[in-house]
Amino acid sequence: MNNSTEKRQITRRALLKQATAAGAIAVVGSGFVAAPNAAWAMEVEYLQPTTMVTLIQMARDIYPHDHVADEFYVAAVKGYDSEASAEMIETGIAALDAAAQGNGFANYTDTKWERDRVDILRGIEDSAFFQTIRGGLVTGLYNQKAVWPAFGFEGESYSKGGYIDRGFDDINWI
Amino acid sequence: MTAPFDMSDDSVVVVIGTGAGGGVLSNELAQKGISVVALEAGGRYLPDDYTNDEWDSFGQLAWVDARTTSGDWRVANDFSGLPAWIVKAVGGTTTHWAGASLRFQDHEWKAKTNYGPVEGANLLDWPIDGAEMAPYYEKAENKLGVTRTGGREGLPGCNNYKVFEKGATALGYKEVHTGRMAINSAENDGRSACQQTGFCFQGCKWGAKWSSAYTDIPRGEATGNLEVREHAHVMRIEHDDSGKVTGVVYKDKDGNEQMQKARIVCVAGNSIESPRLLLNSASSMYPDGLANSSGQVGRNYMRHMTGSVYAVFDKPVKMWRGTTMAGIVQDESRHDPSRGFVGGYELETLSLGLPFMAAFLDPGAWGREFTSALDGYENMAGMWIVGEDMPQESNRVTLNHDVTDQHGLPVANVHSDNHPNDIAMRNHAYQQGMAIYDAVGATRTFPTPPYPSTHNLGTNRMSENAGDGVVNRWGQAHDIENLFVSDGSQFTTGAAENPTLTIVALAIRQADRIADQMNKGNL
Repeated sequence: MNNSTEKRQITRRALLKQATAAGAIAVVGSGFVAAPNAAWAMEVEYLQPTTMVTLIQMARDIYPHDHVADEFYVAAVKGYDSEASAEMIETGIAALDAAAQGNGFANYTDTKWERDRVDILRGIEDSAFFQTIRGGLVTGLYNQKAVWPAFGFEGESYSKGGYIDRGFDDINWI
Repeated sequence: MTAPFDMSDDSVVVVIGTGAGGGVLSNELAQKGISVVALEAGGRYLPDDYTNDEWDSFGQLAWVDARTTSGDWRVANDFSGLPAWIVKAVGGTTTHWAGASLRFQDHEWKAKTNYGPVEGANLLDWPIDGAEMAPYYEKAENKLGVTRTGGREGLPGCNNYKVFEKGATALGYKEVHTGRMAINSAENDGRSACQQTGFCFQGCKWGAKWSSAYTDIPRGEATGNLEVREHAHVMRIEHDDSGKVTGVVYKDKDGNEQMQKARIVCVAGNSIESPRLLLNSASSMYPDGLANSSGQVGRNYMRHMTGSVYAVFDKPVKMWRGTTMAGIVQDESRHDPSRGFVGGYELETLSLGLPFMAAFLDPGAWGREFTSALDGYENMAGMWIVGEDMPQESNRVTLNHDVTDQHGLPVANVHSDNHPNDIAMRNHAYQQGMAIYDAVGATRTFPTPPYPSTHNLGTNRMSENAGDGVVNRWGQAHDIENLFVSDGSQFTTGAAENPTLTIVALAIRQADRIADQMNKGNL
């Protein structure tokens, strides 16, 4: 464990005590975003924590898989917390919140029903911002090896000798 | 002389590309004692280098140089910079191909005669036929070790095939089997039997699937008559005052321009790069590009009528386990206009891993309609549709002078509009494919749009008359006697079958012709 990881985990425990809810995910003090159950936490350096929370919720609403934990969505979008992307993301999320307000909600994460959030996303789906986020998720989410078991996909098989002796024809209901 | 050859050696045959066409031609010529320099734009990757990882493999092998697209085909919208899913490496797209190895049906060699006039289609009969090609098909099948030919057994059926087979037979289809595949069902020609690993598209790590990268290329090199230069991107073909080609200019691996002299030049860079190269070789003598007096260079671009059908069931299938494509229904490949279209199509099993399924199931889609489909991934079965598409003069590869590649050359623009016959055939195939899965209890089916093209065909087509096409019955340019086309771009029409076996058979035949004409002093 390196120093920064250690610091983050220690800090996470401390900060979770003062967590404030923002959607399903918590902003825990300055510069941190975490799961309410402390399953994961991330430090944000270039983005506002609330922006990252909104971005994670947006990612889940674009490609919702109820059996896939938040941490995979976090992993898919955390790369946007960079100097190069920060302005584009802040501007895009501000527009998303403005669209939510236009639909009568306080902001995107305060929009409680998924169908209402999807309506908001439909309104901006032709924007470059939406398409950048959606396109990035296709690889950012589904190309995580750690998420494959949630879909049953077994990944590489060469090192195990393929499936010739491991069930290539084991279907039993046909 | 033995390899390596000197740049100024004008006795060599230069072959551009090392895939099914160029790789086989290079070896066949080398075996006959002819000196060959093969120029390959990509690097060399062998089974140890291949990876069971879809995106990593794509990064390793795919041709991702800049290209542009136009037309009403959905690929132009979904993958505007990637019209084709083909390979830039020694062995070309034979590293990536699924291995399906089918002969053309006799009627398909004469599409114009047998289909009659089709409005908007630029149909033409091939100047050759099934009888003339039969011995070359046999040689090609033996070279590739095609299953269900030459006494070789078929592959065993994997889970994906079993679902497909049961649905197809329930519908009454008769020609249903695990295909004629260039994938070893038993150890053959020094290569392993298939281990049902999946990831056939990512390069076969067992070498069980035939690829010129680890068969024809090293065998040609072992003769001392073949030199393969990797990372050699050909920029243009040069000619003399008599109009004959004299050599090629290429960028070497260090980015330096080189000029290789040649006695004969054979172009086998795939149906996008081959016409692009001929067009980029325009000169004062050939202002419209080499071999283009007919105006047909780049025209009649075909990509096969394609699509996929995936289906979700209430129980697991695990379609990724085993050979990616090893199952076929051939009943619909006949020509039967009562179905509302000319020509026919094949249905072939196919699977994608989760990462590619997410990218290709319904490009651009999002929300629960899409994600609930992926939630059913483990219970999913899949098939690919491949049918004859209509050649159209306006479907073409042209030079896009607004966009240049890393060498400063205008890139290819690939324009394709669906012909009404293509649309009618695709709709029929979707209906039949979905019915196959419905017959085994599918809970949901997906008529999936075409992927970027792997079957790129027709852009330097073969014709009896010089006014109708680019090359003659030998793949020799009508206009320039020592210039040949050796890849799928010489296809007059596409037929319903996966093209590799025919490309290989044509390359074997062309090598015989070139050697014969060299011996007679005609080349």
